[in-house]
Amino acid sequence: MIYAGLDAGSRTIKLVTFDSAVREAAVTETGVSSLQRCRELLSGKEYDKLVVTGYGRHLVAPVLQGEVISEITAFAVGARYLFPECHLIIDIGGQDSKVILLSEKGTVQKFEMNDRCAAGTGKFLEVMADTLEVDISEIGNLALSALKSIRINSLCTVFAESEVVSLIARGEKSNDIALALHEAIASRIGTMVKRVGIKEKIVFAGGGSYNKCLGKLLEDKLERNVIVPDAPQTVGALGAALMAKRGIKGK
Amino acid sequence: MTNDNVQMWEKLDIDMKPHAMLMTALGPMYQEIYLAQENRPEGMGFYDMVVGDIHGIRVRELHEHSKTGGKVVATYCVFVPEEIVWAAGGIPVGLCAGTQFSIPIAESVLPRNTCALIKSSFGFKLGRICPYVQVSDLIVGETTCDGKKKMFEILGLHHQVYVMEVPNKKTPASRQLWLDEVNDFKDVIEDLTGNKVTAENLKEAIDNVNRRRQALKRLYHLRKVRPVPISGKDALLVTQVSFYDDVKRNTEMINKLCDELDQRVKAGGGVAPADAKRILVSGSPIAIPNWKLHHIIESAGAVVVGEESCTGTRFFSDLVESSGDGLDAQIKAIADRYMNIHCACFTPNEERLDDIVRMAKEYQVDGVVHYHLQFCHTYATEAVQVEKRLEEEGIPLLRIETDYGDEDTGQIKNRVDAFLEMI
Repeated sequence: MIYAGLDAGSRTIKLVTFDSAVREAAVTETGVSSLQRCRELLSGKEYDKLVVTGYGRHLVAPVLQGEVISEITAFAVGARYLFPECHLIIDIGGQDSKVILLSEKGTVQKFEMNDRCAAGTGKFLEVMADTLEVDISEIGNLALSALKSIRINSLCTVFAESEVVSLIARGEKSNDIALALHEAIASRIGTMVKRVGIKEKIVFAGGGSYNKCLGKLLEDKLERNVIVPDAPQTVGALGAALMAKRGIKGK
Repeated sequence: MTNDNVQMWEKLDIDMKPHAMLMTALGPMYQEIYLAQENRPEGMGFYDMVVGDIHGIRVRELHEHSKTGGKVVATYCVFVPEEIVWAAGGIPVGLCAGTQFSIPIAESVLPRNTCALIKSSFGFKLGRICPYVQVSDLIVGETTCDGKKKMFEILGLHHQVYVMEVPNKKTPASRQLWLDEVNDFKDVIEDLTGNKVTAENLKEAIDNVNRRRQALKRLYHLRKVRPVPISGKDALLVTQVSFYDDVKRNTEMINKLCDELDQRVKAGGGVAPADAKRILVSGSPIAIPNWKLHHIIESAGAVVVGEESCTGTRFFSDLVESSGDGLDAQIKAIADRYMNIHCACFTPNEERLDDIVRMAKEYQVDGVVHYHLQFCHTYATEAVQVEKRLEEEGIPLLRIETDYGDEDTGQIKNRVDAFLEMI
């Protein structure tokens, strides 16, 4: 049997197929039609059972004859599979960020989500990268080259953007500003971790974890090592595929 | 929408265009959230009829009452002792304040970072889109939060407003203050109606309101059964409608519904499967037509079996127990009963935490969803204590902060789905 896990996220769609190990993993942009992109991603792929997670799950699953699971459960299952010792997951996605505390058995014990606005999410960094005229893939390295620390007070994307504009106008260097922005996110995530309680080992996943600076700042803030999986974006899709294999209880 | 209604609304100085938009929006929303439910009790037919003509039937009764010189007293809060209004021949109506629709109007005056309930209620008056507000002779406010307190001052520029002071502590001095407030309220109502509150008419009013409370208690008691015989949405609607319907008719309707539910329970029938996750909702009031949270929870396959809120148990769980005869003893009994509402405006408010834990057990819940409106500081901050207490008791909790808008529905669904998978 081949199990497919689809993570229909707000910014990207991720697919993992699994039999006794991961067969393949793929990532694509969500664009304007989540369903269309999901179909494209699945076309030509062999699978017997599909589980959909992510923001678009309720839209996509009925059409593609899949079952649904929340991202929280999907990340918990995916991260535990990759790192059996994992007890805390930090996910910085395109439109939300979450912190999940796992029990010894690997079930979700507590979670915190930051989803009311772009603050502390990948979108926040995207907007700021634009303002600083760097590519999103480069903003982390830019921040790592900072020489001094400035403080950004606003976590609201709109306000932070105007704060950045004022900092530019004040003659602050873009690398220093970039670091300040990363620190603002790390601090927000740090607060969420405090709410659920800190426990090792910590897995940092989602698109945000490609950002080396965020990883480093989180380690500083939490005073713990933070593990980034090899394919951090597909942890949720992997979890969904594993749930397809396990069978979703009660559904 | 009948011509009679239109004429009546015009007489009540309703701003017809936005009002028509509001009425048009409500129908499909009710269809989707309520009528599409399966296996509903027949007794809900009355409520479907009431909501189907939400600004018609009942407003007409109030309007007729007005025409013959009767007074209508509008309230926003479960602290205003309705018995006194009934006793003096007035009709109390709890105003709704539960829709996004009136909020942009309110935001032209009030600060945006004010809770949705305050903005919605104020917007209804400012925009002249609620016939219940328009038909009322007096709006009675209270001091249960700072936002409301200040809003009532501004509302007073547009309508006759009287504010009762609800104390913040439960000391003997606070109780005395509240007793004085209830007595003053009696005077205000007597002046307004031109009728005296007597031991006789007050006794009748107390009995009538108590009977409705008992009927609601009966309904909630039935929700403790597994499988639950009525959906959380339907039960919530019954409570919401109780705020503005005639007390005697409403009592009769609730009891009729409960008779049906009794039969259902005897036959082992339920509205959701016996293994559906059972949820207690606790927190800020959920005013009509704010069905958002219940709809999300029940659409996810769980069932809401209780509300620890002002549109739930805080509205009816205690009766007025008049021990002695005579007006003074009755007023004292009324004051005591209302002081026993465990609102987050009090400090400390440990009793509310006890209530939540007790209800979680009695209603056999799998988890509690703590609901508070954005910028509702009392409930938002008290949620910290709720979380701590429930953690000690081993009861899972999900905290939801939201308002009346739909834009965060997806995010709330996410959290609710994850919570249901977790518990």
